[in-house]
Amino acid sequence: MRKNKTLIRESFTDRIFLGGVYAYLCIVMLIVLYPLIYIVSASLSSPEAVTSGQVWLWPVDFSLEGYIEVLRNSDVIRGFRNSILYTFGYTVLAVVLTVIFAYPLSRESFYGRTFLMFFILFTMLFYGGLIPEYLVVQKLGMLDTPWAILIPKAMAVWQIIIARTFFQSSVPEELVEASEMDGCSSLKFLWYVVIPLSKPIIAVLALMYAVFQWNSYFDAMIFLKTEALFPLQLELRELLIVQSDSGANMDIAEQQRRKQLANLMKYSLIVVSSLPVLIIYPFAQKYFVKGMLIGSVKG
Amino acid sequence: MFLRYEKGGINLKSATGINQTIKKTNTNKKVTQWYLAKKSFRRHWQLYLLIIPPVLYFIIFKYIPMFGAVIAFKDYNVVQGIMGSPWVGMKHFENFFNNPVAWDLIKNTLYLSLYQLAITFPLPIILALALNEIKDGLFKRSVQMFTYAPYFISTVVIVSMIILMLSPRTGIINTLVEMLGFESINFLGQADMFRSIFVWSDAWQLTGYSAIIYLAALAGVDKQQYEAAKIDGASRIQRIINVDIPGIMPAIVIILILSVGNLMAIGFEKVYLLQNPLNLSTSEILQTYVYKMGIINANFSFSTAVGLFNSIINLILLVLVNAIARRVSGNGLW
Repeated sequence: MRKNKTLIRESFTDRIFLGGVYAYLCIVMLIVLYPLIYIVSASLSSPEAVTSGQVWLWPVDFSLEGYIEVLRNSDVIRGFRNSILYTFGYTVLAVVLTVIFAYPLSRESFYGRTFLMFFILFTMLFYGGLIPEYLVVQKLGMLDTPWAILIPKAMAVWQIIIARTFFQSSVPEELVEASEMDGCSSLKFLWYVVIPLSKPIIAVLALMYAVFQWNSYFDAMIFLKTEALFPLQLELRELLIVQSDSGANMDIAEQQRRKQLANLMKYSLIVVSSLPVLIIYPFAQKYFVKGMLIGSVKG
Repeated sequence: MFLRYEKGGINLKSATGINQTIKKTNTNKKVTQWYLAKKSFRRHWQLYLLIIPPVLYFIIFKYIPMFGAVIAFKDYNVVQGIMGSPWVGMKHFENFFNNPVAWDLIKNTLYLSLYQLAITFPLPIILALALNEIKDGLFKRSVQMFTYAPYFISTVVIVSMIILMLSPRTGIINTLVEMLGFESINFLGQADMFRSIFVWSDAWQLTGYSAIIYLAALAGVDKQQYEAAKIDGASRIQRIINVDIPGIMPAIVIILILSVGNLMAIGFEKVYLLQNPLNLSTSEILQTYVYKMGIINANFSFSTAVGLFNSIINLILLVLVNAIARRVSGNGLW
C-alpha cells in the first residue's frame, strides 16, 4: 500500500520522529504487559518465593500449589459454577430481548419508533438512582434470588442501538415487502430470515453481554445475601479484597505457611477467574471492535 | 457514542427516522397520524406484541425508579410505601448540605473525576495517532491486541492486582523500593495516593479500548489530503496537526461531551473496592456514600436525595458542555 511512498524520501526529522513513535509504542506495550506477566509468573511460583519477593519476571521454584489450593476451595468452585449459569442465562435472555426490540425499531414503517427511540435514549440521560432501583427489585420479591442477577440489567441501550443499526442496513425494506407479498408473517420473517442473516450481530451482542455478566459483582453484592448464590466475582472480592487472616490457634510456623499459601492463592485465583474471558479474547476482540464501530461511527 | 455522524454535527431527530416516514406517505393523500398508526398496526401487529416485554422492562426497571426518586422529598418507610409516605419537602437535601461531610464528598468526587478526565481523555488520542503513523503489520496488530486486553479484566481482579502489587510487605513495587534502599510505602494506606492509583490504573486498563474509536475515525480521514500535504512538503508532525487532528475532531468533541456528562458518575464500583479506612478522606465520593447510607444503613430517603443531586448535576453538566461544544466547534450530541 505504501510502496509508492518512496517517491518522496522521508526527511531526517521524519525518520527520527517515526523512531520515537515506535519507541513510544514499545514502552506502552511493556507497561500494559508487565503486570499481566508478573501475575501469571507469581501464580506459578512457590509460596516462599512470592512472599519474599524473588519473583519479578519469570516463575521461581515452579509449583502449582496455588492452583491446587484454588481447586480445593469449595467456595470458589461454587462461585465458578454459579457464574457460568448466570452468564449463560443472562446472555440468552438479554440477546432475545434486545433482538425483539431492535428489529421493530429498525423498520421505517413501524409507527411509533421515534417515540420509542426517545423512550430508551432518555434512560441514558437521567438515572433514577441506586435506591429507587433497589426498592423496585425488593418490591418484585427478587431480593436474594437468581432473578435479581438476571433481570434488572437485562437490556442495555447501547446494545439495542448497535442491533438496530445493523438490522437497518442489512435487512432491506424490499425483502420485508417481498415476503409479505408471499404471505409470510412478521414473526416467521424474523425467525427464518432476519435471525439467520444476523448471526454476526448476535455474536457481538452475546459476547458483550456475557463479558459484562461474567465480570460484574456489584448487583450480586447488593441483591444477594445467601452465599450459595454468590457469583465468582463476589467470592473473589471476599477472598482477595476483604479477607481477614484467621487461624490464630495454630503454631507460628504453620501460621506463616498458611499465610504464604493464602497470598499465593490470590495470584492463581486471578488467573483462574480471568481464564474464560482470556480464552474467548481472540474472537471477542474482533467482534467487540466490530460492535463498537457499528454503534458509533456510522457513515 | 450512540449517535451517528453527519455532516456538520449530529442530529438526534434524523437518526430516529421521523422525517422520512412522514415525507413518504404525504405524497398524494392527506394522511393523519391516526391513519398512519392504524395502518402500521394492522401490518405489524405481531411486532407490536413482540415489543411488549422489552417495553415493560424499560418501564419497570428504568422509569419506575425515576418516579421512585420522589422519595427524596418524603420520609420513606416500608409500611406506607412510596406513595403513602409523608412529604417532607427539601428536608433531606438540607440535612445533607448542612453536614460538613457534604462539601468533602462533592470536592472528592470532582477532584477524582477531573483528574481522571485530564489523564484518560488525551492518552487514547495519542495512542491512536501513534498507531496510525506506523505500517500495518505484526507489530501494529500486537500493540493493539495487548493494549486492548486489560479491558476484559473484571474490576474485582484489577483491584486485587493493585492491592497485591502495592502490598507493603510482599508487593513487587515495594520490593523494588526496598532494593533501592528506601522504606517500603503503604500506598493504599495513604489518602493522598488514592487518586493517582485510581486514575493511572484506569489509564492502564482502558487506554487501548478507548483508542479504537479514534482509530476508526482516523481510518476515515481522506487519503488524498495526506498525499497533498506530503507533496507540499509537510513533515509527519505537521500532517498529524493539520490533517489527522482536524479529521478526528468530531469524534474528540463527542467523547469529551460524554465524558464531562459522566463527570459525577465515575467508576463507582472500583472506588468502592479500593476504599479502606485509611484512605477514606479522599476516596469517599457521593456514590459510595449513597450506597453506604442507603443500602447498608437503610436511610432510603436521605440517600436517594444525595443520589438525585448527583444525577441532576450530571444532567446539567451534559447540557452545558453540549451547548458550549456546539458554539465552539459546531458539533454536539443534539
